[in-house]
Amino acid sequence: MRLEVDITGKTFRSAAGGTHEVLAPVKFALQSGEVGVLIGPSGCGKSTMLRIILGLDRDFAGHVARPPEARIGMVFQEPRLLPWRSVEQNVRLAAPDVADAKLAELFRILELEAHRDHYPGELSLGLARRVALARAFAVEPDILVLDEPLASLDDALAGRLRDEIATLVASRPVMTLLVTHSLDDAVRLGDRLFFLSPRPARIVAEVPIGIPRDTRGEAEIAAIKASLAQRTQGDRTERDAS
Amino acid sequence: MQSPETEVLRLLSFALFLAIWWIAALLVGGAKLPSPPAVLQVMIAEAASGALFLHLGATLARVALAFTLAMSVGSAIGYLMGRIKLADRLGDPWLILLLNLPALVVIVLAYIWAGLTEAAAIAAIAINKLPTAIVTLREGTRALDRSLDEMASVFAMPRWRAFRHVVLPQLAPYIAASARSGLSLVWKIVLVAELLGRPNGVGFEIGVAFQLFDTPRLLAYSLTFAAVVLVIETLLVQPFEARANRWRPRAA
Repeated sequence: MRLEVDITGKTFRSAAGGTHEVLAPVKFALQSGEVGVLIGPSGCGKSTMLRIILGLDRDFAGHVARPPEARIGMVFQEPRLLPWRSVEQNVRLAAPDVADAKLAELFRILELEAHRDHYPGELSLGLARRVALARAFAVEPDILVLDEPLASLDDALAGRLRDEIATLVASRPVMTLLVTHSLDDAVRLGDRLFFLSPRPARIVAEVPIGIPRDTRGEAEIAAIKASLAQRTQGDRTERDAS
Repeated sequence: MQSPETEVLRLLSFALFLAIWWIAALLVGGAKLPSPPAVLQVMIAEAASGALFLHLGATLARVALAFTLAMSVGSAIGYLMGRIKLADRLGDPWLILLLNLPALVVIVLAYIWAGLTEAAAIAAIAINKLPTAIVTLREGTRALDRSLDEMASVFAMPRWRAFRHVVLPQLAPYIAASARSGLSLVWKIVLVAELLGRPNGVGFEIGVAFQLFDTPRLLAYSLTFAAVVLVIETLLVQPFEARANRWRPRAA
């Protein structure tokens, strides 16, 4: 399975009548089992790109080839839970085929066991985000899209959830697209990093990470980050010089 | 459920109403405003002969049919107009016309065009309720949360499941509001339709009582009818409203 994204442009008509270019030509592909990370400044068009890739926005120039049968699991920036359904119903409605054991396991990992029957209005944002993660994992997706899934969580929980995401990605042939502004998350989870420019977004650099995820220790991660920092530093001096 | 204090207050309020009525009856005197026992006597006599239940039953059947018809058709049209811009543009002038058409005109025209029939009466009542149902549901549909639609679409929820679990709960408060206001509208209009063109029902009886200036009979029928409306409101409409809003955090 393979996801091919070839967007040649996307413009947005504002209420005032002007047109704004949101995306410059963007082209990349992801294989099954790969984690692609989109990193870019906020407001650069990452969410627009995701909406196009997910088929929510068809008004763009270019082409996105997504396996038609692919199941999608998505964690939106806001949790987007149904306030009138309990936590468990929220997950089951998106994943009707999920086995009880699998669901119990997910709730245990995400520490949601005590909240099964609660309504989303009774949850903190951190808990609601975990429910959104449980929902995305429960569908056993072929394509997993995570839009800033760890934002506004405390470090310990974010670390644990990051490990869970890594475990899931390793356990099934799933292709993952992660949007984040955290270089740390990107380096720990990603196989290929796509650095995006400010609006209109284009890919400034594509950085593959050669070391397999499970053998990436703290030392390797620090080294990758250092080399990335050097590279962005280099870009900046280059730009300043020109 | 409501606290005992509220219940006591309600009873007190009802007792006060009876007291004022009784005093007024004593002051005004017999024929124009009969006392509560005189009205009760007529109620019992009409109930014993079975006439009260016959007329009440006929009216309730008309209410049920017209209400169901108007709610289902009106909700469907309102939903379409809220979702599809073209339907909204096409339907809007009709809606404004219907909203401003006096109930009496609709009823009289229905009887002229379709004859003094049951179908004409029910259709006329339903048409009076229709536009408000459409307007309320259109508002509800416009207020639907797009981000939840997107969620349902990304997770490939089948259409019916998405409608039932994503859309319908958002519309439920609007449906409840429309049902409540609609019911009170239908209660009022059904009597006019019966007065003008049906041989039975509470409205017909009130018409007869009016011609005979028979105030006890008029009050006996209208108060029984009001009591039935009150019971249906508390037993059916209010629980439905509470259920539709159950997931909302309680107001302090």
